[in-house]
Amino acid sequence: MPMTITEKILAAHAGLDRVEPGQLINVRVDLALGNDITAPVAIREFQRIGVEKVFDRERVVLVPDHFVPNKDIKSAEQAKILRDFARQQQLTHYYEVGRMGIEHCLLPEEGLVGPGDVVIGADSHTCTYGALGAFATGVGSTDLAAAMALGELWLKVPESIKFIYYGELQPWVGGKDLILYTIGQIGVDGALYRAMEFTGPAISALSMDGRLTMANMAVEAGAKNGIVPPDEITLNYVRGRAKRPYRVYQSDPDARYAAVYEFDVSKLEPQVAFPHLPSNVRPVSEAGHVEIQQVVIGSCTNGRLEDLRLAARVLQGKKVHPDVRLIIIPGTQEIYRTALKEGLVEIFIEAGAAVSTPTCGPCLGGHMGILAAGERCLATTNRNFVGRMGHPESEVYLCNPAVAAASAILGRIAAPQEVL
Amino acid sequence: MNQLRGKAWKFGDDIDTDAIIPARYLNTSDPQELAAHCMEDADPSFAGKVQPGDIIVAGKNFGCGSSREHAPIAIKAAGISCVIAASFARIFYRNAFNIGLPIFESPEAAAKIREGDEVMVDVESGTITNLTRREQYRATPVPPFMQEIIAAGGLINYVARRLKG
Repeated sequence: MPMTITEKILAAHAGLDRVEPGQLINVRVDLALGNDITAPVAIREFQRIGVEKVFDRERVVLVPDHFVPNKDIKSAEQAKILRDFARQQQLTHYYEVGRMGIEHCLLPEEGLVGPGDVVIGADSHTCTYGALGAFATGVGSTDLAAAMALGELWLKVPESIKFIYYGELQPWVGGKDLILYTIGQIGVDGALYRAMEFTGPAISALSMDGRLTMANMAVEAGAKNGIVPPDEITLNYVRGRAKRPYRVYQSDPDARYAAVYEFDVSKLEPQVAFPHLPSNVRPVSEAGHVEIQQVVIGSCTNGRLEDLRLAARVLQGKKVHPDVRLIIIPGTQEIYRTALKEGLVEIFIEAGAAVSTPTCGPCLGGHMGILAAGERCLATTNRNFVGRMGHPESEVYLCNPAVAAASAILGRIAAPQEVL
Repeated sequence: MNQLRGKAWKFGDDIDTDAIIPARYLNTSDPQELAAHCMEDADPSFAGKVQPGDIIVAGKNFGCGSSREHAPIAIKAAGISCVIAASFARIFYRNAFNIGLPIFESPEAAAKIREGDEVMVDVESGTITNLTRREQYRATPVPPFMQEIIAAGGLINYVARRLKG
């Protein structure tokens, strides 16, 4: 019986020869992740279970990244719960301010996720790791607590949807545009409960950073997981990084899919998601005159080195518009350091941008760039819901890093070509 | 408690977790503090007017967005007895079961119930009765495994029991 890559990974982790969509299974978890918002609740629930120790101190990862460096006393108390628990449980992978990163930028970089893994995280963007050919999905705090105790989790095997992308991408078009376009086509519940399998020549040609961006936003279409079948780009990325053995799975050619979408993306323009849903997408040339007061480049979606390089190429020798605050947030300390070495940070500061230590901060309206009533922000983040980045009467638009940079220069939503 | 009864509060499609409990309040996980801001960015007056037992009735994809369990916690602590929606986002769906907030998937109920209707839900059968309009709707049956989680009083009790063997 043929299976998809998602089904094969889940079967292997359930100790079964095969699984079918709809089947309820218990899977062994290779890694369980929590952050400073979700882990305090998970730790409280874990303590109610009545076990002393987590199932494996090397496989429970805690990353305070949302409200750190602590934005207020309550946040400090929450982060301290993680720190104390990590110490008490002697967790190998606890990441402190100054040595950390935004969780979904950090874990792949640290080699904590490899192809064929099952990763669960109490953060919806845990689906990011599907870019490495892993099954990765977001859960809540109570699920995380159970996984921390048992090392396993119950799951319903999802149906898979196959997306095939044909053609060569235009300049300034990347993973963010592919995923925004896709969500625009299928809607914010277009892949509800399902696996999104990203394939085709345009994906084969896409960098690892671009693939991570795509898988990251699978949840914005309602998906359980997004996944890119591993290839040479995947293996080049994990070789020398992976801290555990990994295994490459591929979908069988005759595997069954709930739907197959084929997109010719050779003429695709950079995409912009208008308020207040990630599916409210239009090409940048049809954005019209939209003035903005803030631009954010960063987040688990687009805070990686390639993203910063794209922004720097646009910003080099230019100045941020007088009416715009440009906030740039490297995703990890390592990305930050490399950006410094490559001179990217110099370009950003010269242009008049604020460069911050890694944090989720403004993406979820936490801190480091909250919007006032009536303000508009163009961001490389993942959600543009009402009140996402601050006041309920503010607006968030989503785009790729090059569009964000060009727009910061012009003070309105603009294509990179307009400033170069 | 097999029967839930209360007044319906209607919401639209794609109600996201930022609308249910905005991130600006996530520096705490205290249920009462969260309840005070429940549904704030969808209806700022909601927390002030909801009565114990009341029912949220929404369209498709309720609870989309973040994995924050603070969302079902806020709804439960606000006194809402259950949520009826045309469909639920998957993480919210799991979270609600795990913390013991009853939820019911019924596109028909979501379409026909109007704000202010008096609604009664039979938890075990999934029968939804609209007392105001004298109509009945069916909810999608809950898989037996998930019924076990509910019967145990949530996932933590279920796991604790299992570990005791």
